Amino acid sequence: MLEIILEMFSFAFLVRAFIVGALVSICAALLGVSLVLKRYSMIGSGLSNVGFGSLALATALNMAPLTVSIPVVIAAAFLLLRLSENSKIKGDAAVALVSTGSLAVGVIIISQTTGMNTDVCNYLFGSILAMTRADVHLSITLSIIVLVLFVLFYNKLFAITFDETFAKATGINANIYNMLIAFLTALTIVLGMRIMGALLISSLIIFPALSSMRIFKKFKSVTICSAIISILCFFVGVVISYLYATPTGASVVLVNLLVFVLFCIIEALRNSNAINKLQGKKCG
Amino acid sequence: MLINCQNTSFGYEGHTVVSSLNFSVTSGDFLLVAGENGSGKSTLVKGLLRLITPMQGTMVFGPEFDQAKVGYLSQQAAAKQDFPAGVSEIVMSGNLGKKGFWPFYNKAEKHKAEENLQLLGIAGLKNRCFRELSGGQQRRVLLARSLCAADKLLVLDEPFAGLDPLISVELYQLLKKINRELGFTIIMVSHEIEAADCATHVLHLQKKQLFFGSMEKYQQSEISKKFFVKMETADA
Repeated sequence: MLEIILEMFSFAFLVRAFIVGALVSICAALLGVSLVLKRYSMIGSGLSNVGFGSLALATALNMAPLTVSIPVVIAAAFLLLRLSENSKIKGDAAVALVSTGSLAVGVIIISQTTGMNTDVCNYLFGSILAMTRADVHLSITLSIIVLVLFVLFYNKLFAITFDETFAKATGINANIYNMLIAFLTALTIVLGMRIMGALLISSLIIFPALSSMRIFKKFKSVTICSAIISILCFFVGVVISYLYATPTGASVVLVNLLVFVLFCIIEALRNSNAINKLQGKKCG
Repeated sequence: MLINCQNTSFGYEGHTVVSSLNFSVTSGDFLLVAGENGSGKSTLVKGLLRLITPMQGTMVFGPEFDQAKVGYLSQQAAAKQDFPAGVSEIVMSGNLGKKGFWPFYNKAEKHKAEENLQLLGIAGLKNRCFRELSGGQQRRVLLARSLCAADKLLVLDEPFAGLDPLISVELYQLLKKINRELGFTIIMVSHEIEAADCATHVLHLQKKQLFFGSMEKYQQSEISKKFFVKMETADA
């Protein structure tokens, strides 16, 4: 096993993918806890479709993918947040609207320019080879910014996630922190999309949070556990994809799914134990 | 004078919900806001919290009033049934409004959270998970959070609605103690007759202001019969 891992690390592109992937996994998992609890789970999947559209646009214009998609996706994130607040179009409908709309734009652009080729396939399903050296530097810098902002505002993010009305009533500017969440999510999605693929990146946001919520009961422990699950699943997923030549993004998602099922089973066992104990007490 | 309303009205998007408010709150008061459903009580609370601005008239806040130091507790707050949160995480978060940029809690804030847990008799629940507590315990936790946020003023919107009557009696006694002994000013919306026992002043609304004055005067007034009779029929 160790040999395989050492062998993998002898490839520069794999090392790059590991570093970026690990950072993105942590960012996605940390933000995921807030997003899932605020009922914004689908925002990740919506934004990744916007990311796909903007990548298609960047290729057509012959520009660097990240420099186009980062501002576009951030703008879309703010727009989605605005739409969910102004309740004429409800949150989930707004996400579907923006996401399918930009997917359609992306597909049209691609069909008019390059046509459906491997690049397009890589955008959709991710590719470990997609990261250039410049991408890696940008990704590392941005993920560190996401992590630092998250840690600095952790307590306030907890407060507005748990009870936004109370936070507003006590003078916390909840809108700014909602925008911060949207901003950080947009960055994370764009960065992770190259490896995970536009169709699969939102799983990095949702799965770790859902899994750790099966077992942990405090916000802090759920957050920490999500980060750990996320990074481990990414690592195992990449090793599997190396060993069996499976697509990286899909392998990572499958490992996440397995962990989720495992945690559900642990939760069920624990609950039935607790019930048995209670019944035992009542009888005794 | 903490808050003074003169001919004030509140509403949403050009539609007036409650109007002609003329009342004032002084430090140390316990003001009960009474009235039927839809009479504008919760709208007034939003105004007091400055989440909405008056449509007409003026609402003047005294120098002691500081929005970052208002404690708030609402009826919906207990709705988060699947949220993973620890009791101390929640109580500590009450401190956040007063903090500036510094992101972490300091010793004084941790101490204040401990004190409020003690005061509400839930120090033993500190490490528990919020969603596993009973309804009454959850309200105590949220009240402890409000006390962390509050310097001297609590605004409560039907804080104990839907609880077992025996438990809400205890909680109202606790509020009375917080008002009389610790000197907190309390503004509370409530339907429950136990609430009348702890208040010093009453503001009765029905789209307009029907009554404002001290509890003794209210009990002698015609209008109070509405409140108390409704209570008795509700109890029966």
